[in-house]
Amino acid sequence: MNWIRMKYTRWFNISKDGLVKNNPVIIAVLGICSALAVTNKVENAIAMGIGVTFVIMASSMTVSLIRNFIPGKVRMVTYMVIISTFVILVQMFLEGFFPNIAKALGAYVGLIITNCIVMGRAEAFAVKNPVRYTVIDGFASGMGYTYVLVLIALVREVLAFGTILNVQVMPDTWPGWVVMAMAPGGFFVLGILIWIIRELSNNYDVAAQA
Amino acid sequence: MGNLIELFIASILNHNIALVYILGMCPLIAISTNVKNAKGMGLAVIFVVTLTAMINYPIYRLLQITGTSRLSLLVFIITIAATVQFLEMVLEKFIPRLYNAFGIFLPLITVNCVVLAISLFFVNRDYNFLQTTAFSFGSAIGWFIAIVLLAGIREKMANNADVPKGLAGKGIVFIILGILSLAFIGFTGLASI
Repeated sequence: MNWIRMKYTRWFNISKDGLVKNNPVIIAVLGICSALAVTNKVENAIAMGIGVTFVIMASSMTVSLIRNFIPGKVRMVTYMVIISTFVILVQMFLEGFFPNIAKALGAYVGLIITNCIVMGRAEAFAVKNPVRYTVIDGFASGMGYTYVLVLIALVREVLAFGTILNVQVMPDTWPGWVVMAMAPGGFFVLGILIWIIRELSNNYDVAAQA
Repeated sequence: MGNLIELFIASILNHNIALVYILGMCPLIAISTNVKNAKGMGLAVIFVVTLTAMINYPIYRLLQITGTSRLSLLVFIITIAATVQFLEMVLEKFIPRLYNAFGIFLPLITVNCVVLAISLFFVNRDYNFLQTTAFSFGSAIGWFIAIVLLAGIREKMANNADVPKGLAGKGIVFIILGILSLAFIGFTGLASI
């Protein structure tokens, strides 16, 4: 395919939107609960990211497939039922194959249901678009979410435990910042990450400066 | 009884659902630009969270008896959606003043993760009915305190704070939340869950 022309194809723009321009965590600030609560270890962040990506893709696809049959008044409940079905699948999969991660994530796996990104994608994109674009959109949003989670987890795990993926990277004398493994560490790291990314991409919050 | 009071205080302060467990962030950030709206949302959350936890508890026990607790997620979320819908209709008909006070916040609560989280936590921690009630009521009050505090700070900062350009908007909210969270973690040891 011609590389210059690719920039104007629809799927390229959808991916760019989800990954960079309208990144669900950094720019839209959605799905923060799980983004901060599970990111004290990189492995938890990866598991959560992949779980959410799967749920977004699967539920958006289903919503898009039956979009002409959903009555407008009960669409929220319909989304909820579809989403929670897939979340139960993810929960059973984690419990069956990765019991340690399932235990560390605890109730937060179930809380993927109320992750605003999943609902937001279904409402804003999947009900209006054909299935093939929905898959790309779900994947891009999910990956945009995952890489931000992993970035936050990298900083927090190194500072809190001196390890990455449970492999020690800091010297033995590293004191371990306990607060980084707890809620305040998550808030500060995400705040600073938002600052850095907005500053680098020159993408300021214009409305807030009025 | 003392146990219940301890649980209640712990869930307001050192196990605060918003600032220590990091739940219900989407509405916390979106609706905390002024104190009046924050109070409305907080009150609606107190009402709905306590009610749904009390309804979900017997339903969960029923699921356990029939051996289908695997489906609890699906059942909880439907119960919550139905309760909110029902509550909306009842309030509109019988207590219109309260209905107007809640305004648009009532339907928004279905997607507030606090409501579902409380139901999942009582399952994980194996509470009985009274403990569930104390825990859900305390957590909801904790969330109310968190959103009103945050809204108060943001209201004061909106006019006369010199925030760096890249941090303006949502970025600075996380720094405020981090500091608030540190303060609440300072209560550790006061009461345990």
